[in-house]
Formats: sequence, C-alpha cells, structure tokens
Amino acid sequence: MKPSPAASAKCEVSFIVNGEAKKLLAHPMERLLDVLRNDLKLTGTKEGCGEGECGSCSVLLDGMLVNSCLVPVAQACGASIDTIEGISAHASMHPLQEAFLECGGAQCGICTPGMILAAVHLLEKNPEPALAEIREGLAGNLCRCTGYMQIFEAVARAARRRVRK
Amino acid sequence: MRSDPADYKLVSPGNLQSVLSLLASEPAQWLPIAGGTDVMVLYSAGKLPNRKLINIWNVPELRQIEVFPDSIRIGAACTYTALRKHDIVSREFPLLATAASWTGGIANQNRGTLGGNIANASPAADSLPALLVYDAEVTLISARGERRVAYRNFHSGYKQTALAADELIRDISLPRRFSGYVSYARKVGTRNAQAISKVCLAALGQIASGAIRDVRLALGSVAPIPLHLIETEQALTGKKIEPSLIDTARKSAVKEIRPIDDIRSTARYRAAVAGNLVAEFLEKLAAAGANA
Repeated sequence: MKPSPAASAKCEVSFIVNGEAKKLLAHPMERLLDVLRNDLKLTGTKEGCGEGECGSCSVLLDGMLVNSCLVPVAQACGASIDTIEGISAHASMHPLQEAFLECGGAQCGICTPGMILAAVHLLEKNPEPALAEIREGLAGNLCRCTGYMQIFEAVARAARRRVRK
Repeated sequence: MRSDPADYKLVSPGNLQSVLSLLASEPAQWLPIAGGTDVMVLYSAGKLPNRKLINIWNVPELRQIEVFPDSIRIGAACTYTALRKHDIVSREFPLLATAASWTGGIANQNRGTLGGNIANASPAADSLPALLVYDAEVTLISARGERRVAYRNFHSGYKQTALAADELIRDISLPRRFSGYVSYARKVGTRNAQAISKVCLAALGQIASGAIRDVRLALGSVAPIPLHLIETEQALTGKKIEPSLIDTARKSAVKEIRPIDDIRSTARYRAAVAGNLVAEFLEKLAAAGANA
C-alpha cells in the first residue's frame, strides 16, 4: 500500500472545555492533547508515553475517561471536555485533590492530573468503590514515585467523605 | 519521528453509506479510525502508512448491540466498556466480557472497539480467542454489498485477513447457544491492565453422562493468528476427564501451537503455559461435571 500525499487544511473545531465554549483552527489529526496544551495553554494535562499506556494525558470526553494522546481533535468536535484545570471549583480544591494532598498521593506530579481524572470518572460511576475497584479504575494510570498505596488511600478517603455528605 | 498532522487528512462523513462510498472510490487509500487506540499509536510514532483517514467513531450503525432470539449482533465500533456493561454479553458470553475487562485500562476500554481489535489482527489480542470459541460470524460491508464470514476463517496469516480494501467490518454476530457451558478465561501476562498477554485462553465445555459432550478451546499469543485448537478439541470430545486425558490434551495443545520468542516471553514458556491452561480448564470442567 503506497501512501498518497494528503495535505490537510486546518478546520474549525468547536467544543466546550471546562464549561467554556471554545473555537479554534486545527488540523483534524492533531492530538487533542496537543490542542489542549499548545492552543488552549491548558498544560495541566501531561504527556507521558504518547501511546495510551500511561494515562498521564487522561481527560474526560463527554464524561468518558480517555487518553487525549489517542484522540484526533476532529473526533472531539462538539464534545464537552474536562481537564484537571476544570476539576476544582473556583478557588477551592476538589475533595479528591484534598485527599491526594493529605495522603501523600503525589510526588513528582506528572501522573497526578491523570490520576485525579481517572478517580473522578471512577467515583462518578461507582461512588463507593472497594479497593479492588479503585485499583481497576486507576490501572491505566502509571505512577513511578508513590508506589500507588497512598493514591488508593486518597481515593478511598475522598469516596468516604463524598458519601457521608 | 513524530508525524506532522498537516500531512494527514481525516474526514467524518457520520453515516455508513458515505463511509462506504469513500472506501470504494479509492480502495486501500482510506484507513477507517474508530477509537484510535491502535491507529493513533502508529500515527504518533510516524509509522502509519495511510495518509487519509476516515472517522467511523460517529457512525451510529456501527455502535449498536442488537439482541435477537438466537443471536446477538455487536456493531464493530462497540467499545469494550459497552461490552462489559451489556447485560446479555455479561450473562451469556462471559469470556468476551472478561476479555474486555483485561484490555488496556478504563480509558482504552472507553475507546477501543471489538471491530478494531479484529481488523488490527494482533495474535495477542485478548478478545479474539473468545470470538473463536463462541463461533462468531463477521459481517463485512462495502459499496458492493455485504457478506458474512465465519470468524474462524477471517485470519489467514500474521496480520492477514479476509477484509478487502474497500470493506468495513459492520458487526460481529454470536449465536446464543452457550449459556449452559462451563466457561474459563485466563490471561497470563505481567499485569492485567495495559500489559499484553504472554498467553491467553478462552475455553468452553459441556459434560454429559460423565464425558465431554462438547469442548471449545482457543489461545492468544501462541501463533501468527488467534488459534482455535481444533485437533485438541477432537481428541477430547466424547471422553471422560481423567489424568491420562489431561496429559493427552496438554501434549496436543503444545503440538498445535506455533509460539515464538519475543519481547514479552519465550516460545518455551508459552508452550508450557498453554499446556497448563488447557489442563487447568479440564480440571475445572471435571469438577463442574462432578457437581452437576
């Protein structure tokens, strides 16, 4: 199979990012990750492996956890996207962020935004997860510092607080 | 080298007919992309041969799971998450639901699709042995019409499939006749999520009057294609499960597979594990038969 040249023009992309309508020009195969970081300057979303193995670039796309390095921006047209910047309401931290701080669930910080997004997604679907379910919910997110235990404890703590409220 | 997005086209017709017309207009030029969990990896690594991509993620015809009295039809762009959540899939096709839960992590399950797994044709794919044992049939569709292919005839060699250049997988159909079977799925790999299998097994069996009435076995990561263990099945059918039969099955399975050494494992380890998994399944089947 010989590739034929297929230079693409930029196209208009409209979507909602952290509750705000955004419109920009991008090549359709640009990775959502790059558009978020470079065009919208939302650098909280990190690039780790760039091949869907590490979860650092996790965002919510219409409420579904995805690796933004594997989403061509054209597939996000019209969607609602939540990144780590939209997780904390105004000045106060999200309960998961508080719990991560208290439990020592972050060290170098590269995996943390993705971990938080994966945890937000988990608690949305399953407000009272067992430890095995927390492990499964975060299994696509790799951390090379904490050893995971503090992260699992943070998610369990945030879930307990959330249910009590 | 990372790809330059300016060199790639991606169009989104949003309906099946337009996708098929485009595929027919320039066969082999357009690559369908659904959740992108394979395509985007190649693209980012600068290894994607196609420069023209056609979005099938937003084609509603490919996202349905239809339930009929004697079969279910899974749209090719149904995600692993959709499979895991589906009541009939979990109840009647547990090997498929379990394999879906092993595939990637949650984010990849939200995007990876069953049709994509089939088209990508990796011999290590976790869900494909389940399709072999459940006697799946795939519907291939093009502007020329549609045809149905037994899944066991779909893969002809390493990454070689029955799919023509202008065809798309429309759905995967599974007959609803395996509810009464004992089922067994096991993945052996460094970890369940993300890591690709060293060996994985999907197995079904039924015991009647103390003997194996029917048995179905398929393995991943042990041959150039997902492998249906036809000879081992024949050697077991009608027999009573005894230590000597388990030994025969183990040897037969090892004879049927064609494992290789690669970054994930060795041929020798894979052969030993493949034999052990078949033996483990037969022990479970025997126990279920004794309790019946």
